[in-house]
Amino acid sequence: MGELKLMKGNEALAEAAIRAGADAYFGYPITPQSEVIEYLMAEKPWERTGMVVLQAESEVAAINMVYGAAGAGKKVMTSSSSPGISLKQEGLSYIAGSELPCVYANVVRGGPGLGTIQPSQADYFQSTKGGGHGDYRQIVLAPASVQEMSDFVKLGFELAFKYRIAVLILSDGVIGQMMEKVELFDPIPRMTDEEITAKYPWATTGKKKGTQRRIITSLDLDSHKMEEHNHHLQEKYRIISENEVRYELIDCDDAEYIFVAYGSSARIAQKAVQLARAKGIKAGLFRLISLFPFPGKEMAALCKKGVKGWLAVEMSAGQMVEDVMLSVKGCAKVGHFGRYGGIVHSPEEVLHAMEEKIIGE
Amino acid sequence: MSTVTLEDIIKPENLVYKKTDLMTDKSLSYCPGCGHGTAHRITMEVLEELGLDEITIGVAPVGCSVLAYEFMNIDMTQAAHGRAPAVATGIKRVWPEKIVFTYQGDGDLAAIGTAETIHACNRGEKIVIIFVNNGIYGMTGGQMAPTTLPGMKSSTSPYGREVEMMGNPLKITELVAQLPGTYFVTRQAVHTPAAVRKAKKAIKKAFENQRDKKPGLSFVEIVSNCNSGWKMTPTDANKWMEDNMFPFYPLGDIKTDGQLLK
Amino acid sequence: MTEEMIIAGFGGQGVLSMGKILAYSGIMQDQEVSWMPSYGPEMRGGTANVVVIVSDERISSPVLTVFDTAIILNQQSMDKFEKSVKPGGVLIYDPNGITHHPERKDIIIYQIEGARLASEMGNAKIFNMVVLGAYLKVKPVVQVENVIKGLKKSLPERYHKLIPMNEDALNMGMNNVVKLN
Repeated sequence: MGELKLMKGNEALAEAAIRAGADAYFGYPITPQSEVIEYLMAEKPWERTGMVVLQAESEVAAINMVYGAAGAGKKVMTSSSSPGISLKQEGLSYIAGSELPCVYANVVRGGPGLGTIQPSQADYFQSTKGGGHGDYRQIVLAPASVQEMSDFVKLGFELAFKYRIAVLILSDGVIGQMMEKVELFDPIPRMTDEEITAKYPWATTGKKKGTQRRIITSLDLDSHKMEEHNHHLQEKYRIISENEVRYELIDCDDAEYIFVAYGSSARIAQKAVQLARAKGIKAGLFRLISLFPFPGKEMAALCKKGVKGWLAVEMSAGQMVEDVMLSVKGCAKVGHFGRYGGIVHSPEEVLHAMEEKIIGE
Repeated sequence: MSTVTLEDIIKPENLVYKKTDLMTDKSLSYCPGCGHGTAHRITMEVLEELGLDEITIGVAPVGCSVLAYEFMNIDMTQAAHGRAPAVATGIKRVWPEKIVFTYQGDGDLAAIGTAETIHACNRGEKIVIIFVNNGIYGMTGGQMAPTTLPGMKSSTSPYGREVEMMGNPLKITELVAQLPGTYFVTRQAVHTPAAVRKAKKAIKKAFENQRDKKPGLSFVEIVSNCNSGWKMTPTDANKWMEDNMFPFYPLGDIKTDGQLLK
Repeated sequence: MTEEMIIAGFGGQGVLSMGKILAYSGIMQDQEVSWMPSYGPEMRGGTANVVVIVSDERISSPVLTVFDTAIILNQQSMDKFEKSVKPGGVLIYDPNGITHHPERKDIIIYQIEGARLASEMGNAKIFNMVVLGAYLKVKPVVQVENVIKGLKKSLPERYHKLIPMNEDALNMGMNNVVKLN
């Protein structure tokens, strides 16, 4: 058993970065995720593991530092909250185009604009459909506990390097700010410079004479080559869709009415399941862990087992619900419930919505 | 009279100039008369002469030199518009023993990338910045740049840069020289053989500073022409540059060994 | 066993740290815990509250609107959270600064004069430990020895000398909590 600690989600994410053997974290403060860089600066990982931590002049600079360091084969990470993540989109598009591995976290707050500092899940479209310019995807993992804030950093780096892709840990103000018991995984040593040079031949580490030079770029002025590159990217996303779907079913075996949710909304919906069961309603929870890839096939398969209705619960005006509808179309009724703008819905509200919108009709 | 073949001429004893291996064989995409080719070449020659090429990572900008990585035969990363100093910071911080430089134009470095430029300089990142200033956005077709001179015509200041409406040209090199994080700041040109020799010396000093872990960033501006953008012949453009650019952007060292001159 | 509670008062009263100590104590006895604070500008001097859950099972929602127990330490929080106690639940409050006392008949109400007792003990900072003592007397969800263990684990070594005083404060709270109805 690993070390047990009581930690905030943001702190667990930061500690996990050190333990995952990250080489660098580049960030910029913004509520509600500033604890990430605060924790790292207090913890001095440069003394523990040699990990670099730098407060950049902006989120834009931070993601470009990630781009540079990732292109040079290092394990790098950044994090921010919604307005700051919008600023990072340019860099993320370049990272997608150049196929670089990195992990970043969005501790989502309510928007649009400067919005509020309170929790939200309104960045689903931005996270799962691309976010920046161009046809691209990134792997999106949605932690629903402090434990997963830690675990997904380790998993995120594994997936990032396996596919040379950005992995987004899509959290929110609830998961970032709350404290829970967390079992920390054992530290993974950072890779040595020699290991990196040997393992990542694509990385810019200096061209040895008589070898091919490495170029990290997303540019190709020849459109035919660029289309080919896009085909390659799409093929990669297809492989990821087939292999990296993650979800959890809670009380779904006999469920007639299923809540679909991720992150903090999944926790709230889980309570709504308990309240529903206490009232004799056969409710269950389909908790999404990977938002891209989306577990649509699994949802459709479950739907055929006699599900009468689905309620997508998300702290947004209705974003994830579109993917639920595409997945179970024609099979059962699909509805949406969510508070937004920084309001967190209560389990009672969530159950009431299921009764009103799905069961009632 | 015997016929002289090319093979007869190209012999080691006849060799007066050899293209550095650190330039690829690809034809430069720059306009004839443009200073970029020379700036590329002397940068690569410096790396070769210092024996640093195997540990160097260059960062290309957005602008005319976006394709610098096609010509510089070293490992390179292409950065988003203006972000090269941040990209270089990321690389240098995780590979402190490598040599890292950016190669940027004036739109990239002094307009959209001002924040990244100033902060990389102010943090004293141990990198080299090579800044080619031709007073215009060359790649996009001759629009006004942050360094376009007052009264100078461009496609977005077709009647000349009117300072009251369009603002003043930015002397970013003087500006970064004021920051404690810069160690060496100089302004050079590449339009005459003498200027090229001086510029190469400056670039060499910049890379030596990084190699020797001097405390701070080395910043080399090269004032250059853009005969296409300025709509002049190459020789006229060089003349115009001497008469108009140099008085506003005077050549010479501004800061050496961390000390401001004068 | 699942205990769902809210602690609410002013920033600076030690509301958040009281919740943290309770959560840490839960971990010491192998329970699941969650601690969800209100966050933001409120942290800096205004009202502060935290939802703490201690349970033998995996905790579902860390965000709640109704509670088994509410510990209320100022009037604003009384106005806001008296109604959030589940019927049959517990409300514990410090009468200091309270002008409108709780009136519900379907819950059990306790008083602890934490502010007065802490100042009598010569240290206003142990106020939250007096209140925590009162709570643990009413709802012994964690054992006092585990609170002490939790303090030892969570406090830096240099503060360990303060632990006996905290233990005294806990006892003071346990011995002085008064049931009002």
